[in-house]
Amino acid sequence: MNNRGWFRNGMLGLGLAFLYIPILSMMVFSFNNSRLVTVWDAENSPTLRWYVRLLENDQLLGAAWISVQIAAMTATGAVILGTIAGLVLARFGPFRGRAFLSAMTTAPLVMPEVITGIAMLLLFVSLEQLIGWPEGRGMLTITIAHITFAMAYVTVVVQSRLAGFDDALEEAALDLGAKPATVFFRITLPLIVPALVSGWLLAFTLSWDDVVISQFVSGPGSSTLPMEIFSRVRRGVSPDINALATILVLIVATGVVLSTLYMKHEEKRRLREEQMARSGN
Amino acid sequence: MDKVLATLHSLAGKRLVIGVPYVWLLLFFVVPFLIVFKISFSWMQPIQPGYAPLFAWVEETQRFVATLNLSNYQVLLQDSLYLSTFLYSVKVAAISTVLCLLVGYPMAYAIARCGPSTRNLFLMLIILPFWTSFLLRVYAWVGLLKTNGVINNTLLALGIIDQPLTLLYTDFAVYIGIVYSYLPFMILPLFSNLEKHDLTLLEAASDLGASPMKAFFKVTLPLSMPGIVAGCLLVFIPAVGEFVIPSLLGRTDQLMIGTVLSAQFFSARNWPVASAVAIVLLLLLLLPILLFQRYQRRELEAAKR
Repeated sequence: MNNRGWFRNGMLGLGLAFLYIPILSMMVFSFNNSRLVTVWDAENSPTLRWYVRLLENDQLLGAAWISVQIAAMTATGAVILGTIAGLVLARFGPFRGRAFLSAMTTAPLVMPEVITGIAMLLLFVSLEQLIGWPEGRGMLTITIAHITFAMAYVTVVVQSRLAGFDDALEEAALDLGAKPATVFFRITLPLIVPALVSGWLLAFTLSWDDVVISQFVSGPGSSTLPMEIFSRVRRGVSPDINALATILVLIVATGVVLSTLYMKHEEKRRLREEQMARSGN
Repeated sequence: MDKVLATLHSLAGKRLVIGVPYVWLLLFFVVPFLIVFKISFSWMQPIQPGYAPLFAWVEETQRFVATLNLSNYQVLLQDSLYLSTFLYSVKVAAISTVLCLLVGYPMAYAIARCGPSTRNLFLMLIILPFWTSFLLRVYAWVGLLKTNGVINNTLLALGIIDQPLTLLYTDFAVYIGIVYSYLPFMILPLFSNLEKHDLTLLEAASDLGASPMKAFFKVTLPLSMPGIVAGCLLVFIPAVGEFVIPSLLGRTDQLMIGTVLSAQFFSARNWPVASAVAIVLLLLLLLPILLFQRYQRRELEAAKR
């Protein structure tokens, strides 16, 4: 290892410390007994009192339940629409309006959330005036708004997964007389399962995490968890939010590790099967 | 390939398949912007829906009357608050983007030069925070930067300072917040670029007598420009309109445009002016957004074999 190697790895170490110290500090202070949040009360800590208080907070729990429902519906809707859009862009060749579709699926990736939020709200208000739907705003409008920006991410994931496979298999199946729908469900879909899984998880997280767009398109009684957290932390730090953060981080970390292991396993299985298919010839 | 295309072309359902995402995105992504554009020319109205119609049927004259109102844009030009807010937002986003690049580039470089298994581990460590709540990660910095927060307490205990520093509610806090939240978006495109570099080029440069430093600036850096541009756009564009980070960590005497926009919308309830702000912000970001789209298209086409 030369000097530059040390510099490189040093920067990487510092960067990772920068990424993780705030999260770890939040986790440590969630066990602090003091109300003062960042002053460690050595005598009475660690304690689980903020976790207990969290479990008694019906408002936060209710908001969390709303968020889970919205995120699950969003992820499912975004995977369906994003898969179709990704398939169309990767496999349908040139067609009129393709460039426009491609632009519409990448713009939401970088669009500032306040702009998307205001645009969605004004759409819902105008629609309600015109055709009386959607009646008021709530979980439905939040879900529609979330699907729209989350499907852009799913489209990219699916499109790049499809671009990595050549279409020889699909072509062969068509040659042998399979219907296009059969080809899609028997060949294309199984090939892109890992992309669908990661797309679903990504869309779920994006929706579960969103505060700005939700704020614009939510109605009374449909406060999501991030909206509740945001209104609390704007008033200052509170120890039960630290406890909530710790629980969320642990759930997510477990989920990410498990899904990474699953993907690796799937990838290995695929490679093995390809190898077996080759040696069988 | 031609056969696939031919079959798909003949397929009557093809249009239907294309139509589903098309109609969804038109209705829920394009039309909303047209509505914002329309409302930005409306008069404010105190009753629901908060803006007067652009076209109205006037009974007395038996005519359609269009009232196009440019005053919302005049407000933006005349009120110096808006101009300074726009400039401040661009400045904060630009500085944060540069800082993000300075932190992210060496990290992406180090990861790209690791062995395959450590590489995956590091990539996972970079992405993991992204999966946890963005809001809570920004909030974590409140606890660190407060006057009696972790950083000040640590520095005081170590005797490095005798007075707590003012860290929270400053420009510095917003830079940290943006760099912290958007770092993965900088590192990932940089990594996917740096990973593809042909290392023999560096060997050749060194054989020809270039110092490692010179080889880096003459070979690696120019080759990684697409990754740098993509990473910077992925940070800069959303950062200009950032709302959560400045509201939790930022100054109270100088707002960012995202904060002003939502204040106009929710507190002042002036939807037409809020719409005009959104349109101007969008125009400001149009060029970077188009650049990003070009990059994204190239990336996806390069992925094809």
